[in-house]
Amino acid sequence: MSNVPENLRYRDSHEWIDPTQSPSPVGITDHAQAELTDVVFVDPPKVGTQVSAGQQVCVIESVKAASDIYAPVAGEIVAINEALTGDPGLLNREPYTGGWIFKIQPSNSAELDALMDAAAYGKHIA
Amino acid sequence: MGARMVPFAGWDMPVQYTGIVDEHKAVRHSVGVFDISHMGQFIVSGPGAEAFLNRVLTNNITKLQPGQGQYTLLLNGLGGVIDDLIAYRTSEREFYLVVNASRIDADWAHLETQLNKDDEVMMANASDFTAGLAIQGPKAREVAAAVFGNAASFPEHNTILVSMTSEGPMWLCGTGYTGEEGFEFFMPMETAEAWFRKIVDAVKAAGGMPCGLGARDTLRLEMGYPLNGNDLSEQRTPLQAGLGFFVDLDKGDFTGREALVKQKAAGLPDKLAAFRMTGAAPPPRPHYPVAFAGEIIGEVCSGTQSPSLGIGIGMAYVPLSAAAIGSTLEIEIRGRRFPAEVVKKPFYRKPSL
Repeated sequence: MSNVPENLRYRDSHEWIDPTQSPSPVGITDHAQAELTDVVFVDPPKVGTQVSAGQQVCVIESVKAASDIYAPVAGEIVAINEALTGDPGLLNREPYTGGWIFKIQPSNSAELDALMDAAAYGKHIA
Repeated sequence: MGARMVPFAGWDMPVQYTGIVDEHKAVRHSVGVFDISHMGQFIVSGPGAEAFLNRVLTNNITKLQPGQGQYTLLLNGLGGVIDDLIAYRTSEREFYLVVNASRIDADWAHLETQLNKDDEVMMANASDFTAGLAIQGPKAREVAAAVFGNAASFPEHNTILVSMTSEGPMWLCGTGYTGEEGFEFFMPMETAEAWFRKIVDAVKAAGGMPCGLGARDTLRLEMGYPLNGNDLSEQRTPLQAGLGFFVDLDKGDFTGREALVKQKAAGLPDKLAAFRMTGAAPPPRPHYPVAFAGEIIGEVCSGTQSPSLGIGIGMAYVPLSAAAIGSTLEIEIRGRRFPAEVVKKPFYRKPSL
């Protein structure tokens, strides 16, 4: 069974965001990493970019395929996880901790509430 | 099995069971089993079978003794590749051809057009009722012994063993598509499930696992083996694909020969080059543009992240000026260009003991 932490919010395209932190880290869910398997490259977004909710912001590559990653909410990309450059496998091993992809400063906190909670996401992937 | 299925040439095929990298490494270091039931099998027999096949295939089939096989190509009249296949001589007058799933209909139609009334050849297409399993990896012999018994013969490289059992014929072929020792086992469809279970058990007992099409693709690409549809097409000749070794221009006439001789004399317009990414880069994938000296000169035919080497590898048709070993290419990935170097095949060599 996939791990779906209670404290996170989820997008239907399998990104998570941690609304309890500011700025908020964003990554892919345990379910997503298990589907992709073997992430080998992360093409990160640019720090300072303003993005809208649902905008494609970066790409992660597994052996199998390239997958787009979407911003769960609007805001500014304020940091990227440099550790993924040398060790993209962090996304598989620690999807919710060491495998965060970027941090976003949300411009509209109401968008966070519109995302799925753990129960809803759990149903989404069931 | 917990497999992820994808449609492939009309079959629902497992793309992966565990994960491409784990499956890939199982084959390199232990053993893996692939369902290859999608592949096609033709039986060509009769007093004229040898002469007919020598007239339509590029390699010299007269060199085969009963029980031996060879990699060979089926060409159109312009020298373009219809298919690449393995041809086995199962007896003096009978041959067993294993062809690509996506080309079964095209191959069959082409062979029929090449057949003359007085050829004394019979062709049978066994593809629809034949299933197949490929057992690949350093422990393939162990699996064969566990399944068929210690006394049973193992099909050595490029040989075929045919046996008749109470359940019908079985073909054991000493071939694969991975660069590892192993065999391909073809059997009547209705017996396949029982065999598959038995072999999966033996593979697991030997420390291996069932593998999907994803690992089959990364394994073959590490060896630089072409995939028809990606690296081979009716628009290019085997000489351009670097398969001249499997073309015997001196054996007498065969379909496409004249075009190959002309092309050889005129010089190749381009050549399938193997390349590896030289820095951190996303994996190269089919259809990504390829640049040389700043100009886009082609596209990636096959490309992936090599699980054994941990780098991106691929093949592309490039002009001869760009094809020399060591020459620098650039692969364009989402609008950015990443450097790559032309290298010798295979990409992966087994570490020597």
